Amino acid sequence: MTARSKITTAGKKPIALLKVLNPFHVWGLGVGIVLVGEFMGWNFTVDKGGAYASLIACWVIGLLYTCVAMIDSEVSSTVAAAGGQYTQAKHIVGPLMAFNVGLYLVMAYTMLCAADALVVGDLLRSGAKVMGFAHLDPKPFVVLVVVFLSWLNYRGVFVTLTLNLVMTLLAFISLLVLFVAVDPWQQGVVLQHQGLLTDLPYGWIGVIASLQFGIWYYLGIEGTCQAAEEVRSAGRAIPLGTMGGMMTLLVAATITWFVATGLLPWQYLGQAYTPMYDAATLLGSAQLQLLMFVATAFAAIASANGCINDASRAWFSMGRDRYLPEFFGAIHPKYRTPYRSILFLVPIAVSFAFTGLLDQVITFSILSGLLGYTFMTFNMMKFRRMWPLGSIHRGYVHPFHPLPALTLLALCCLTYFATFLGYGATLLSVMSFYILASLWFVLRRYPYVRRAEQFSMPWPRPRGY
Amino acid sequence: MKRHYVPPKQGMLGQIVDTAMVLVLVYVSLMLPLLFKAAAKVENAAVRAVDAAQATWESLGQNAIQQEQWIKLGYGPEKAAILINNRFDYTIDPVMLVVTFAVIIGYFIFLLKVSDQQYREVIAEKFDHE
Repeated sequence: MTARSKITTAGKKPIALLKVLNPFHVWGLGVGIVLVGEFMGWNFTVDKGGAYASLIACWVIGLLYTCVAMIDSEVSSTVAAAGGQYTQAKHIVGPLMAFNVGLYLVMAYTMLCAADALVVGDLLRSGAKVMGFAHLDPKPFVVLVVVFLSWLNYRGVFVTLTLNLVMTLLAFISLLVLFVAVDPWQQGVVLQHQGLLTDLPYGWIGVIASLQFGIWYYLGIEGTCQAAEEVRSAGRAIPLGTMGGMMTLLVAATITWFVATGLLPWQYLGQAYTPMYDAATLLGSAQLQLLMFVATAFAAIASANGCINDASRAWFSMGRDRYLPEFFGAIHPKYRTPYRSILFLVPIAVSFAFTGLLDQVITFSILSGLLGYTFMTFNMMKFRRMWPLGSIHRGYVHPFHPLPALTLLALCCLTYFATFLGYGATLLSVMSFYILASLWFVLRRYPYVRRAEQFSMPWPRPRGY
Repeated sequence: MKRHYVPPKQGMLGQIVDTAMVLVLVYVSLMLPLLFKAAAKVENAAVRAVDAAQATWESLGQNAIQQEQWIKLGYGPEKAAILINNRFDYTIDPVMLVVTFAVIIGYFIFLLKVSDQQYREVIAEKFDHE
């Protein structure tokens, strides 16, 4: 990436993003966004297909994310810049695709932030009920969480992601504590899998349907590459932080499924907003209940924090390239953060959190992520065709091409079908948003885009162009 | 050789209009359907609550361990029935399925076609001038 493209002007002086982050921050950013998925949201897989379907979804979607990680590692190691997949799309597919990928990122993270705030509100209501305040209105707390985290993001990325690192670590440790506390080696003492696990309530169609929320086990881990311009060494920090994050999530997902399905009836588990906190309340230990209360809150806050960070950077990148009004491409002269983008996304996150429909808000986020994974398949095919191996330097080359891309495409199609089962109207509503936004971009925004500046990598001319 | 494309400068009013347009898109296509769903959800829950009035653990098919866990969660059979009877209907409407997949495939074809045209402009301007 050229020095010029890293620089943006807020006023008259050229300013660049600060390079202050290390691999632990990247781990904290990636896991911080996703770990909340182990505290809430993953359990909607149980609602759609039963407890065993949830476990199958965890593995099948794990395969989808393995393909995502393989493909993304190759392209990210070659295009290491803020904006992540958005910048990749700009260099490999074209401006309209890049605009859509940028929107996928923004909507996936903004809706995830809304879901996080909603969970914090619901958690506080549960806590207040235990303390004798049965009618607490969670809405002021929803606003408070989003506004406070946006202020932190406004003030600076280092403090923001350091806070994420601490909260994520504590939330993960609390899952391990809960796992040990339920005496996992002794069936029938605390865990009751033999009485609670049932056959597939909807048969195999339910297993396919559950793939929709299976995405929630891992959604957002690919967001680590959003920090590419702010890490001290992108080549080292991004792969280390991302791979460490994936391993952490696999452990956390397994623990979560095992503990929750051994304590809660599947019909309850499938519709709970705070399943891990609810599981802890069954253990009769005030300390564990408090621990899971704090851990769920930390996981949700850390996730919302990471989401504001990532969504604002994608929005900022699009403003900088004039895909959106140039106004959003400014960096704060003192704090060096994309402050206008941060502030703009606050009301959107708050208003969707206010709907109280956690599964619907999560589905918006999942579908935006899924559209992004579908893009990766075309992106990878074009990348290898336009710059064959050996024509440009790649930090990493993934094996078995095109098998991962084709597997990813097949799993994406299956997950669209899974979403159609039960959430078909939401799927069409999301598609209508992206179609209208694309038309708006082509007719209204593209005339403001500087053509040659969309390609800033020092690569040779792509084959076929 | 083609000349460099020089985009027009957008004034602050134009930027405000475009920002408002983004918000309209978000709220009309995403938020409005959600509000309709919220209303339908409240209605369905009310119907299920009426149906659940006569429920027993046996009629809900809950074994002894499941009953014990429901009770620990503070749920009696009437309250649990609202959750237990809230089931998905996976009957597939073939027309809706075809329409949904046609929309998704059409959307990606449109993206790739238009992006390719735009990308050719980008590459031509970038490399033809060097």
